[in-house]
Amino acid sequence: MNPVLSYALPAALVILVLAMGCSLVPVLRGPTAQDRVLALDCLALNGMLLMLVLGIHQGSGNYFEAALLIALLGFVSSMAMAKFLLRGEVIE
Amino acid sequence: MIALPLWADVAVSLLVLAGALIALIGSFNLMRLRTFFERVHAPAVIATLGCWCVMVGTVLYFSLQSHAVAAHGLLIAVFLAITVPVTNIFLMRTELFRARLAGRDVPPALSGSGEGRKAAGSGEPVAQRRNS
Repeated sequence: MNPVLSYALPAALVILVLAMGCSLVPVLRGPTAQDRVLALDCLALNGMLLMLVLGIHQGSGNYFEAALLIALLGFVSSMAMAKFLLRGEVIE
Repeated sequence: MIALPLWADVAVSLLVLAGALIALIGSFNLMRLRTFFERVHAPAVIATLGCWCVMVGTVLYFSLQSHAVAAHGLLIAVFLAITVPVTNIFLMRTELFRARLAGRDVPPALSGSGEGRKAAGSGEPVAQRRNS
């Protein structure tokens, strides 16, 4: 691996972990429930980007499936929580 | 592992770093902004620009390394482009519904149906149903 990538990819990983920490703060602090759901959605997005960068860093395509799973589960979970907050039940 | 040419390394590094910085900006603004309706805009930049930057970097890296087009990364970007607006619309309607229930100063519901029925319509459709 060339030195450019071997410096840039750990830096990107550190920045993404910082971003996950920033979006963890509203999960714990958020005044209302929908703030927490929004922050959890943002946390799932950041984790998905982290998986993709980790895939480039390790040079393996297997991390792509993990990223796709995180994106899918993040969408389904925040959708279910938003539906519950809106209507009081998930499936009517 | 095949060593990539320098221009590809620089391009992938720039794209991935730009995506990570945009993710940091979006998350920081999610923490910083005050009201929910301002806050709901902050993660959108991650799902659009940040995700596309990292995705183009991934596709470029794996395509150059395997000497074939590895476009499966675009699947996630297209999936996010479909799903993130749906989640955001539902969360905004939730906040609007709860703000109407709490009696805060938000625009009233346009129709008597849907989630605005209980709050802003003040039971008019229910009353009509009882009369008929």
